[in-house]
Amino acid sequence: MEILVCARRVPDTSENEIQLNSAGNDIERDDLVYSINEPDNYAVEEALQIVAKAGGNVTVATVGTDEDEEILRRELAMGANHGVLLSDDSFSGSDGKGIATVLKGFVQKGKYDLILTGVQAEDGGAQVGGMLAAMLDYPFASLVNSIEVTDGNKLKVGREIEGGNREMNEIDLPCVLSIQTGINEPRYVGMRGIRQAASLEVPTYGAVELGVDKASVGEVAAKVERADYFVPTLGKGAEILQGSNEEIAGKLVERMKAKGGLQ
Amino acid sequence: MLAGMLISANESYRGISLLSLTSLIQIIGLICFVYIVTKRMAPLARGERDVRFDRLWVRLQRLMKYWFGQWKHPRYRIAGTLHLLIFAGFLVLATRAFYLLIFGLSDLFATTGAIGRTYDVIADYAATIVFLAVSAAGIRRIVFKPARYTVPEKFGKGHKADAIFLLGLIALLMFSESLFEASRVAIQVQRGEVPEFLPALSLPWMLKEVLAAASTAMLWRLHFGAYVVDVLTFYFLLCYRPFGVQFHVETSLFNVFFAKLDRGTVKPVRWGVSDEQLDQVKSFGVKKFEDFTWKHMLDFYSCADCGRCSDNCPANAVGRPLSPRFLSIKARDYAFQHYPVFGDTESHVALIGGIYSADEIWSCTTCGACEEECPLLIEYIDKIVDLRRGMVDDGNVPKSIQKALKALESRGNPYGKLEKKKADWTKDKEFQQSCNVSVLNGGAPADTLYFVDSITSYDDRIQAIGRATARILAATGENFGILGAAEKDSGHDVRRFGEEMLFQVLRDHNTAAIKESGVRRIVTSDPHAYNALKSDYKDLPPVEHISQVIAREVRSGKLKLNHVESASNVYAYHDPCYLGRHNQVYDDPREVLDAIPGLKRVEMSRCRDRSFCCGGGGLMLFYEPQEDERMGVKRVQMAAEAGANVIVTACPFCMVNIEDAIKVSGMEGKMSAIDLAELVDEHLVRQRPATGDGDSDQHVLAHASA
Repeated sequence: MEILVCARRVPDTSENEIQLNSAGNDIERDDLVYSINEPDNYAVEEALQIVAKAGGNVTVATVGTDEDEEILRRELAMGANHGVLLSDDSFSGSDGKGIATVLKGFVQKGKYDLILTGVQAEDGGAQVGGMLAAMLDYPFASLVNSIEVTDGNKLKVGREIEGGNREMNEIDLPCVLSIQTGINEPRYVGMRGIRQAASLEVPTYGAVELGVDKASVGEVAAKVERADYFVPTLGKGAEILQGSNEEIAGKLVERMKAKGGLQ
Repeated sequence: MLAGMLISANESYRGISLLSLTSLIQIIGLICFVYIVTKRMAPLARGERDVRFDRLWVRLQRLMKYWFGQWKHPRYRIAGTLHLLIFAGFLVLATRAFYLLIFGLSDLFATTGAIGRTYDVIADYAATIVFLAVSAAGIRRIVFKPARYTVPEKFGKGHKADAIFLLGLIALLMFSESLFEASRVAIQVQRGEVPEFLPALSLPWMLKEVLAAASTAMLWRLHFGAYVVDVLTFYFLLCYRPFGVQFHVETSLFNVFFAKLDRGTVKPVRWGVSDEQLDQVKSFGVKKFEDFTWKHMLDFYSCADCGRCSDNCPANAVGRPLSPRFLSIKARDYAFQHYPVFGDTESHVALIGGIYSADEIWSCTTCGACEEECPLLIEYIDKIVDLRRGMVDDGNVPKSIQKALKALESRGNPYGKLEKKKADWTKDKEFQQSCNVSVLNGGAPADTLYFVDSITSYDDRIQAIGRATARILAATGENFGILGAAEKDSGHDVRRFGEEMLFQVLRDHNTAAIKESGVRRIVTSDPHAYNALKSDYKDLPPVEHISQVIAREVRSGKLKLNHVESASNVYAYHDPCYLGRHNQVYDDPREVLDAIPGLKRVEMSRCRDRSFCCGGGGLMLFYEPQEDERMGVKRVQMAAEAGANVIVTACPFCMVNIEDAIKVSGMEGKMSAIDLAELVDEHLVRQRPATGDGDSDQHVLAHASA
């Protein structure tokens, strides 16, 4: 099975102190460390596990700049077969639809049975997967938390439904799936793997190679524009129960009963 | 044992020459033994390289101490004493066996010479002692059943039957040998000849007394029968031992001789492969059995199944899925099964998921209690690290640890905190008034570097240890500074969690930063950093732990300590693993405590080299183990049992674990923990340095109010 995973490089929320910049339209980007968007990492792991069972190749693509190449190398170290950087000056400032347009261009250059995206980018809006599927006229399932390869043309996918329920679907290939975290346990990528992947070739494709109309992407085509960026004002703080351990436990049980958490 | 063959060469029974019978059994027995041992050595030939032929003189000395001297054995009084007796008896009896093997049935030990007669007396007693000792050992096994011998269900069936069988065989050997002699002497008496001398109260002597009334025919039958049983038992034992725990009789000599010499170190990924060449190594660590070094395989064969390692293992004590004893036993079973004596070598399986579970291998805190205890000097930490290297290489790392490793890679600390905030602990207003710590970034040079490391730099609670350490250094008049943002995590536990390449990146970065700072010595308050800088890094200025500095300066009189503040407190010192066991710093911290006038100090029953790990440091703080209770909770209980209400430690990780444990076990108010540096800082007699040394800007202004 030929699998494409669309990945993205984002500021790592666990290793940064995210603060607004002085203009208030973005976060302070000095001193940030970046890593692969976490759900995308799960998508790559899932692709690797499928390929390990069913055979095939995993390609990871990202729309970005030279700096974004590092996440491709990390995923190559993880075991992906190919990494591709989709980069062009005209892509900058793309909204979700613009990014989906670029990805569509890349998908149409090759032949992929399955396209995975993370459920959402940590700094994004969970839109690219669905848009890409629509543009390609592929079936789409979101919030996927299990994939089973049944036969050559179909997949059985589980989806997470509100309230912790699960729904099982059969979906025709080729298709696009957005992957929920927790679907697997992504393998660790060590320093050794990253070093070895440093010398691998990562091709770059621009608008021309991808057959993407420059007017359909980037800032010129973006119809969604970020108007503001702010930290919500803090609400009422958490309450700390006082007393001995037994008293606290008693109070806690009372509250849980009162709120319907315990029957 | 061959010692029993003390017969005239032409002695015979019903026409069967004992000598030719002996020779026949001996030849068959030796051929079998050589064949079996050759088969047993087959995996060692396929094992990884190991460097064990260096420093032969040191090895010889250690052989005398740990093998010949049985140094570790008395740590368990009863079992150790029994083993000492059996071992000594074996040595005595084996002397003749070896002599006979090498020189044939010749004269040195013949009963006629003075040496021979003396030896006989000693040998008779030796056999008696061994007989009694194995009997006592058997009774212990059957009646008293010490807990450490039991095999938990998950590790398969117990080894009691095998142990008793082997003890029985040794007893039989001693008995038959004695019976052989006794019957001969009894015959001599009945014939009216001058009987050979049998020392009083020895086993042969007692048997002789019993046999005095037997008929001559019966005595001859006993004499011949005992002889045959003795020789057969000896060779049966010889050939049976390589199938189980008794193989250590043969391997222990080599295992102790080739044992690891350097405490606190971790073996390289591959012996003989430099750090620069590591990129060419195809696979890291131990993934299959043959990835173990030959010495580590010899360890598996040498394990005597005594259970001392697991008896002292904190992970085992709190119900984690690790028992060092079974790390060895399972690997030995694997070797026996896949490299059988009869039949072909079988196909190989991955160790993790095969005989070991991932959690079993992550459970180890590398505290070293198992290695400290093992009478055979079996190594565990290097194997654990090697197995972890294999798992890291395969990407099989628990998520919580992955996050910390990722943060170490991008930020140089496991918490993902900003580099520029590394020196924030020095910026506490109150602290700055009393002590100004300079960051060594190319400005004024300093003599001494205080290597702070991640936890002391970033953890709110532990920063207090950093500040106490700085104030003490200042009080000694030391011209010191820190690296600040240029200091990355020492990587001590990165290496021990198997992420060797990341460790090397951290090490290289820190080494460069330290060298650039131009300092002449390094002090740290973190035993993990101390061990890393001392044992894992190369070519650095000398490193000291703050407890060593304090002890020295208390001795020199530079540091003076006030009378203990709260005289009602009873203090117990908890030895951090990487200060104590791994670096042998036991006395300095105690000396410092005892230098505080009026301080009442008690020892926990587990102290010094038997200290009980608090739960582990470094990345172990990020690991979510399966366990019944916390190690720290057990440790706090031990302190309470010792009658202490303050636990003094000298390691930031111990502080985190012990303080957590005090909370978890509801001991708040009854027990508290304090770092040695904090305690000393509290009791410092503060004075202005008598002489200014020209760099007062780096230095503390005396805290007059103290």
